[in-house]
Amino acid sequence: MTTTPDKTEVDLVTLTIDGVEVSVPAGTLVIRAAEQIGVQVPRFCDHPLLEPVGACRQCLVDVPDAGNGRGFPKPQASCTLPVAPGMVVSTQATSPVADKAQQGVMEFLLVNHPLDCPVCDKGGECPLQNQAMSNGRGESRFATSGSGGVKRTFPKPINLSPQVLLDRERCIVCQRCTRFADEIAGDPFIALVERGAQQQIGIAEDAPFLSYFSGNTIQICPVGALTSESYRFRSRPFDLVSTPSVAEHDACGSAIRVDHRRGKVMRRLAGDDPEVNEEWLTDKDRFAFTYASLEDRLTHPMVRDRVEDGGDGSLRPASWPEAFAVAARGLHAAGGVGVLTGGRLTAEDAYAYAKFARVSLGTHDIDFRARPHSAEEAEFLAAHVALTGPWDGGVTYADLESARTVVLVGLEPEDEAGAIFLRLRKSVRHGGTRVLALAPYTTRGLRKMHGTLVPTVPGQEPAVIADLLGRADHGIDAGAVVLVGERLAAVPGAFSAVADLVAKTGARLAWVPRRAGDRGAVEAGCLPTLLPGGRPVADAAARVDVATSWGVGSLPEGPGRDADAIVAALAAGELGGLVVAGVEPDDTTDPAATRAAIEAASFVVALGLRDTEVTRAADVVFPVAAAVEKAGTFLTWEGRPRPFEAVLPSPTSLPDLRVLAGISEELAALGQGAPLGFRTVADVRAEMSQLGPWDGARPTMTPVQPAASTEGQDGLALSTWKLMIDGGSMQDGDKHLAATARPAVARVNPATYAALGLVEGAAVTVTGDRGSVTMPVEVVDDMTDGTVWVPASSTGAGVFAGLASPGTRVTVKGAGA
Amino acid sequence: MAENEKTFKEQFIDPVAGFGVTFRTMFKKVVTEQYPFEKLPTAPRFHGRHQLNRWPDGLEKCVGCELCAWACPADAIYVEGASNTDLPDGSGRFSPGERYGRVYQINYLRCILCGLCIEACPTRALTMTNEYELADDNRADLIYEKSDLLAPLLPGMEQPPHPMRLGDDEGAYYRGQYAAPAPGSNLAAGLATGEQA
Repeated sequence: MTTTPDKTEVDLVTLTIDGVEVSVPAGTLVIRAAEQIGVQVPRFCDHPLLEPVGACRQCLVDVPDAGNGRGFPKPQASCTLPVAPGMVVSTQATSPVADKAQQGVMEFLLVNHPLDCPVCDKGGECPLQNQAMSNGRGESRFATSGSGGVKRTFPKPINLSPQVLLDRERCIVCQRCTRFADEIAGDPFIALVERGAQQQIGIAEDAPFLSYFSGNTIQICPVGALTSESYRFRSRPFDLVSTPSVAEHDACGSAIRVDHRRGKVMRRLAGDDPEVNEEWLTDKDRFAFTYASLEDRLTHPMVRDRVEDGGDGSLRPASWPEAFAVAARGLHAAGGVGVLTGGRLTAEDAYAYAKFARVSLGTHDIDFRARPHSAEEAEFLAAHVALTGPWDGGVTYADLESARTVVLVGLEPEDEAGAIFLRLRKSVRHGGTRVLALAPYTTRGLRKMHGTLVPTVPGQEPAVIADLLGRADHGIDAGAVVLVGERLAAVPGAFSAVADLVAKTGARLAWVPRRAGDRGAVEAGCLPTLLPGGRPVADAAARVDVATSWGVGSLPEGPGRDADAIVAALAAGELGGLVVAGVEPDDTTDPAATRAAIEAASFVVALGLRDTEVTRAADVVFPVAAAVEKAGTFLTWEGRPRPFEAVLPSPTSLPDLRVLAGISEELAALGQGAPLGFRTVADVRAEMSQLGPWDGARPTMTPVQPAASTEGQDGLALSTWKLMIDGGSMQDGDKHLAATARPAVARVNPATYAALGLVEGAAVTVTGDRGSVTMPVEVVDDMTDGTVWVPASSTGAGVFAGLASPGTRVTVKGAGA
Repeated sequence: MAENEKTFKEQFIDPVAGFGVTFRTMFKKVVTEQYPFEKLPTAPRFHGRHQLNRWPDGLEKCVGCELCAWACPADAIYVEGASNTDLPDGSGRFSPGERYGRVYQINYLRCILCGLCIEACPTRALTMTNEYELADDNRADLIYEKSDLLAPLLPGMEQPPHPMRLGDDEGAYYRGQYAAPAPGSNLAAGLATGEQA
């Protein structure tokens, strides 16, 4: 189950199953011991990652000797029976008693089961269907009894949530879903209701099953009782072509299985990877895949007929060769060019951008961070994040389970990294880990992890982190793990304080970004201060190393501009051109400035998936392949490479690296730079492994002093992060998923609320230097004083575009009064 | 007697015996059919062109489950289902229940008229008619669309989409629990002839 490596000494218990002696660790359940000798005992309620419950009774086995010389008089449920020394077990393979008992249970389970397998979504991959064939009777004796063969029916289906549907007559009440919701996700919104034959899964009338992990219940349901709105009646298992892949929505690198049919992705399931996501998946990773097949998907390159060249200034379709040539001419003439890549790239694509910027454009002006960032963060990434990974003692998921204390700084795992949340909750439930969170209030996720809140006013993180050193009760020592989120970049001095804390306590450190491509972009060199393989730009030896490997004369001396500086330089005219990939202006530090910079740039090349404001403003637009259409690699927050192959190769869209290679070849023809020297993902992978990691000295970090406290100034400190399900453009296209989003509310503490003098149920208007938003208000008891929390991207354009710039203060007052 | 000397029968009767068959047949009924000038009915259960049936109120019986497509050994059937919706103006409902067949195509260049699709259909939406004249001068026209396959609207039937007229839910349709229309009404005529085997 777990991958904790340091448990090698285990007590073995020897027992006899079906006449075969087998030794298993003490505490193993008989049903799993039987698997060791190749006997599959039929089961429904049993799941390796859930607590045993013995609800379905399908796994009955005969136990002639329980290890004490006496046997059980009746067959026993093997999924709740731990092994004992000398135990003798007879399964259905050798015991007519067990076989008859299992057939009897199956007959009972099918009394009211509708047997609508031909029209059921589960038909073909259904444990009930399979095991009714392997361990059931051919005929039911109930069909002609008193009920006259009429099965109990319910109106169907009912919505447990906007996404999850329940067909109650199919349910066999195994309680896998309720146990998952209770034990794994910590959202016990579904439970058994009614009694006897009417017993069914239900929700409270006013509380639907709103969990970020609800989709897992659909996957583990052993019958077709739970279905999703997005997949119900869309296809059958035997229609589907399954491809293993990696989720592209967060930095967790969850293993997924993509099922497609007729060239369209029909559904995604959690893959089984015990080292990463176990068998679970967030709803965003599971259901948000329609963004790649929406109407606004770009299908062909476009070139702007510029007015000065006699055109009408509009974008028109163009051939690939023409678009390559026009893009190269424009970039050649534009003077300095900046590159903004966004954080959604695969590592191979990120490497292509990094090489394109250095070789073809001759600049270090490249940054993947389409969000508030700082030079301090870049130094932190170079000093503490680049080139770390599971192979050299970096923090892994398994370490989260074995660590005594996990400190969360600027990170809300339930919203920003679902797999981390589930792993921490699992560890906490088994009494392994204490979770400590530096946050303004106890979030729902923190409560579910039974975590301790270290109240932190936004902006005061450096001081609070420094205070942790003196607090013996927090237990931060060499056995602790510190997880820092990317949001910390908006707080000057915070990364320095974390580095200091780690250096002084010996605790281990990991950086958890939000986007799937962020970590890969660090390693691939999409930073103004880092070259591929973690090589510091400032180090002449590193530059020579890379230049030699790439076969170019030399690389420019660095460092380059970061994203904010690129934006400023474009606005000031210092840079003329811009190569921009998946960047959403609303996510950036200053959305208005980013838009103005794109407007001001003399030549913009955009590589995009869909028609966005960036592609509309660009001079040349290239459609690129979505994650399902190309091979690639995402790096998890641990630094673990997660390679995947293309699910649906599409001839109309090329991966970013192929587009950049095309532009670079045209640029080389114009006498600028050299061709990139690769055209396929395989080429890039070979080149990356040939270049290898930097073996020189790791750059160090210059401590940054925290900014002066803003406490006592007017207004409230603003705390904000993105909820898991919000207005993000990669969640477009699935209205059922969107309906499961948590409502956008502003949160304040009782004192602030009282000061507002609101009437009951009134909304509040939060006003900052960039605008104001109105939303309902929720009182949180332990919110730090003088703080208001709002979701970052659940309303309108988002916080940075429509409310306040990072690190500024806001005012709150009653709305519409 | 010489070996090659023939008997009387061999010499006189055998040469003309074959004409006896011809002569006898002249007095029998002719089996030749004058197709296409004269079209005779097929056997009642002849496997001819398919038909998508309707409920007596005109709603389609097909629920878009694709079992016919899966049963088809010649891969001749293509189905795409879609969800019914109960819109206020009734424009979202084509069949009782949750789903209907939005696209339904049978490729008669591939179809071998074996009838396995008929056996697979859980709602008896797909049946076969006795129509056997499945020929054309181009390939595209031999891919029959849903509009080509749907049973004609009989008296009393209403062109979908429209709300369920015969019951509150699809169960009433499937169990046949809809109120029997008055004898002689248009609906009764529909009930009697709405489905051909």
